[in-house]
Amino acid sequence: MLVSYEWLKQYVDIEDLSAEEVAEKLTRSGVEVDFIHDMNKGVTGVVVGHILTCEQHPDADKLSLCTVDIGEEETVQIVCGANNVAEGQYVPVAKVGAVLPGNFKIKKSKLRGETSHGMICSLKELGFEAKVTPKEFADGIYVFPSVIEPGSDAIEYMRLYDKVMELDLTPNRADCLSMLGVAYEMAAILGRDVNLIDESVVRGEEQASDYVSVNVKDDATDACPYYGATMIQNVKIAPSPTWLQTYLMASGVRPVNNVVDVTNFVLIEYGQPLHAFDFNRFGSNEVLVRKAGEGETIVTLDGETRTLSTDHLVITNGQQPVALAGVMGGADSEVQDDTTSILLEAAYFDAPTVRRASRDLGIRSDSSVRFEKGVDPKRVPAAADRAARLIAELAGGTVLQGPVAYDELNVEPKPLDISLQAINRSLGTDLDEDTVEAIFKNLQFAFKGDENGWTVYIPTRRQDIMIEADIIEEVARLYGYDQIPTTLPDVSSTTGGLSVAQSVKRAAKQYLETVGVAEAVTYSLTSPAVDDTFDTVAKGENEARAQVAMPMSEDRSTLRTTVLPHLLEAVRYNRNRQLHNVALYEMSSVFTGESASPSKQPTETRSLAGVFTGLWHENSWQREKKPVDFFVVKGIFEGMIQEMGLTERVTYTAGRHKGMHPGRTATVYLDGENIGYIGQVHPQVEKEWGLKQVYAFECNLSLLIDAASNSEPVRYIPIPRYPAIQRDVALVVDENTTALELKEAIYARSSNLLKDVSLFDVYEGENLAEGKKSLAFSLVYRDPEKTLTDDEVKQEHEQIIAGLETDLGATLRTE
Amino acid sequence: MLDRLGELKNEALAKVNDASTVKDLKDVRVSYLGKKGPITEVLRGMGQLSEEERPKVGQKANEVREEITTKLEEKEQHLEAVALEEKLQAESIDVTLPGRPVPRGNRHPLSSVIETVEDVFSGMGFSVAEGPEVETDYYNFEALNLPKEHPARDMQDTFFLTKELLLRTQTSPVQVRTMQNNEAKEPIKIVCPGKVYRRDEDDATHSHQFMQIEGLVVDRNIRMSDLKGVLETFVKSYFGPDRNIRLRPSFFPFTEPSAEVDISCAMCGGDGCRTCKHTGWIEVLGAGIVHPNVLEMGGYDPNEFSGFAFGMGVERLAMLKYGIDDIRHFYTNDVRFLNQFDRA
Ligand SMILES: [Zn+2]
Repeated sequence: MLVSYEWLKQYVDIEDLSAEEVAEKLTRSGVEVDFIHDMNKGVTGVVVGHILTCEQHPDADKLSLCTVDIGEEETVQIVCGANNVAEGQYVPVAKVGAVLPGNFKIKKSKLRGETSHGMICSLKELGFEAKVTPKEFADGIYVFPSVIEPGSDAIEYMRLYDKVMELDLTPNRADCLSMLGVAYEMAAILGRDVNLIDESVVRGEEQASDYVSVNVKDDATDACPYYGATMIQNVKIAPSPTWLQTYLMASGVRPVNNVVDVTNFVLIEYGQPLHAFDFNRFGSNEVLVRKAGEGETIVTLDGETRTLSTDHLVITNGQQPVALAGVMGGADSEVQDDTTSILLEAAYFDAPTVRRASRDLGIRSDSSVRFEKGVDPKRVPAAADRAARLIAELAGGTVLQGPVAYDELNVEPKPLDISLQAINRSLGTDLDEDTVEAIFKNLQFAFKGDENGWTVYIPTRRQDIMIEADIIEEVARLYGYDQIPTTLPDVSSTTGGLSVAQSVKRAAKQYLETVGVAEAVTYSLTSPAVDDTFDTVAKGENEARAQVAMPMSEDRSTLRTTVLPHLLEAVRYNRNRQLHNVALYEMSSVFTGESASPSKQPTETRSLAGVFTGLWHENSWQREKKPVDFFVVKGIFEGMIQEMGLTERVTYTAGRHKGMHPGRTATVYLDGENIGYIGQVHPQVEKEWGLKQVYAFECNLSLLIDAASNSEPVRYIPIPRYPAIQRDVALVVDENTTALELKEAIYARSSNLLKDVSLFDVYEGENLAEGKKSLAFSLVYRDPEKTLTDDEVKQEHEQIIAGLETDLGATLRTE
Repeated sequence: MLDRLGELKNEALAKVNDASTVKDLKDVRVSYLGKKGPITEVLRGMGQLSEEERPKVGQKANEVREEITTKLEEKEQHLEAVALEEKLQAESIDVTLPGRPVPRGNRHPLSSVIETVEDVFSGMGFSVAEGPEVETDYYNFEALNLPKEHPARDMQDTFFLTKELLLRTQTSPVQVRTMQNNEAKEPIKIVCPGKVYRRDEDDATHSHQFMQIEGLVVDRNIRMSDLKGVLETFVKSYFGPDRNIRLRPSFFPFTEPSAEVDISCAMCGGDGCRTCKHTGWIEVLGAGIVHPNVLEMGGYDPNEFSGFAFGMGVERLAMLKYGIDDIRHFYTNDVRFLNQFDRA
């Protein structure tokens, strides 16, 4: 909504306040002014000129030579290039010395040998936007529609000194989609009156009902509880006077002709959309409001053919639709230059009906925007009278006795009860009765009070006020939010803080960052193809990817079931910028639904994914370089598992996973349940994504956090009192035997003296038989009760080695 | 003999003084204090002395011995120190060379902001509540006083999966879920951080996915003045003690009265500058008194309970805090961006 400061002045006394001050007050009371437009974009020295003669330039076909009276002693010659310039016109003239927008200075100049003492201006040259200028002046100079004293200040006459406030209205304040609404708001803020508008109409003898009948079909009475038809005869269509044109242009509306301009003017003034039909083109003497038939069509004012459904409401002439109720008129009955008889519609269409039509047909008009948010029922007939009065004044018609109306509209103010205690209890204030009553008066809300409080009668213009809390807000905002005291809640004590699971999550993040992995955040929406790169780590029966019903693009059409692909994208993004060393993790939800469009919420699983590529460690001057490999990533992962207290419960075995290298990927188990994987990204995937040597993991974080939240708390174990004895052993085994198998076999063959087994060497190649490899372990023995003797250790150690030979065919490695 | 001892002492001390290596000292020790040295010789000749002289010479001889020994040791320590110093000098390294780098990562700025906010409110007794990102129409809209066909639904463009399921457009559904799940209808103090989604084209100031953090307090006697107090405490704690807040009337379907909350501009201290569009204030929060319909849908009797709620955009907080100008930076994960947030 654009609010002209000068126009607003007509309704409320704001003479003592600048536009900026008005804007500040409105903003602070909840009607936010987003921007103040200066109508004057830098114009000085423009006056009204009267073109006395206008002749063809002797040396240029497209130029005219004009003699112009600009109110000075002598007339001036001006060369003009506009098509529409003509003798007798009153026009805006930029005199020599004038300045136009863009700091364009007007100088005496010669055009093809003829001197020009100034310039006749178009609206564009005066700073008006093309979308609001009348079509007849789109390509030419502006012509004033009336006789004006030559030399008058055109800036004054065209109200270029006006400022226009652009409101950013919240949906509840539809009342401020009108000048009157803003005036009531300003009046409430200032404690001043709203000037009444003259709606009195001089009517002719004849009855409108002799010309037209109005009916609303039974199925449409809810959607249209009021329809009034005012008849105006013998009008003469002409351009509107300058004052009306400039108010409309300042409000962002293009002037058309006197009748249409009046309907738009009253729309802005009252917030009540009106429609003027050319009655001679209406096609009957009957207005019938009804639901549209399925597939019924209408050609709207913009020339488009619209196909309707039974959800839509139409105005008909008894047969054909002539307007799409509250949205747009029909082309056939549009007011034209030869129109003489007007049927002026003022109606109340209910918000859902108009919203539905507007949405279904993709039309947003100044009319639909207001009906959608609810107009003031009380202003419907008043706006018709106001418009009829102005049309009669500007287009010279006769308003017939009327209107002819269907009227089932309730215009009673709504009573609401409120008490002083309720207000103070909700706001934490200590207001007295007088303060509250003064606010009601300023809002022009009628009220009556007794010992229990007040009954407030909410005027129909404030449809947003429905419950007690709404009145409390009115009191609060006019009292001033700033004046409400500052207290702290007297709340029953709560401990607050993070849950165990939330703390575990933070600890895991902290760990990963400390060891060198940066946190990333990527989008949840993806494409099915990208999501299909890797397995999901989600559990349960739901496995389908949930789809967005009407995606904006394929890339954002699907809820991801795996986090890794977008991390891979982040790697690619960085790689494309020559950033080759990347280590990222993300903790985000993945979604698995029962189907692409599920009937229940999909399962949301917290997933933890990581990607690693390039060098893990580099110290260039010491010539140390460590590229990321499987074991770097596994080590980081194991550290996190340790941080979570789950080392004993998490195991790893070789596994195959979609998108991962089949020989370099481990499946991760928590208490024997598959919860994810660690490994190298499949070289084929790397190639498709333009990447090399990317290692990754993804795991079900929800399960890990659950387990960690319930894991055993740390308990101190006494430091051993007796020394340990270490024995190393290098074992030759079949190359398919894993380190884990060997380690488990060692423990299986040991007594409780064996305290630790750690791998320290892996060897394949020379000196070993084909298909064999050697794994070397350190075994640590300790007896908690006494110092072990060499013999005891020797016996135990040899027993284990012998057992391994039996179990796995392992032999001692001899050089 | 006493004179002879005196001479020997002077000779020996002079040689100690002249010694420049540990070996020189060893030679002095052997030649003067050794078994065949002159002092031993003097002591051997003591048999020829009288009973009176003998103790005197013996004493003198011991004194001389001790003095030479002491000086020898002193000199030896000195020479060792010099030798060590020379050796260590030869081992010196360039300490200005860079240290061995230790890999380190850091928290995403959006997480940092969320955790800081969580911590500030934790200190005021709030818990952290979370909820699903795919929500039902009921929790995202209807239970928040936004029935179907409500005009304010146009404020948010929603990603629907089906007619009833959608990507939440706000974290407010968590508020309703928390109220409903609180079967004993005890007082509530929560903050709810999380991802939300709206059908926006991504550009410098819009993102189809972003993060919010909301708060809710419900109890028997909650007032608008309490909302002001809690928000002021938060703003001073998060943005700094010299920042002020200002509430402006606004509209949210789930609160009444509602307010936009501005904080005083840090750039200009409230005088007006480009950052604050010359108003001296920056909008950071929406807040209000919980609408009775919302309390009711959460199972709390609005005649008995009241509450306040507030919400803020995490990206906006981060952009203000770090001076980031484009919201897309948060989601592209350029390591040159992420690595900047490497300290608390
Ligand atoms: Zn500023």
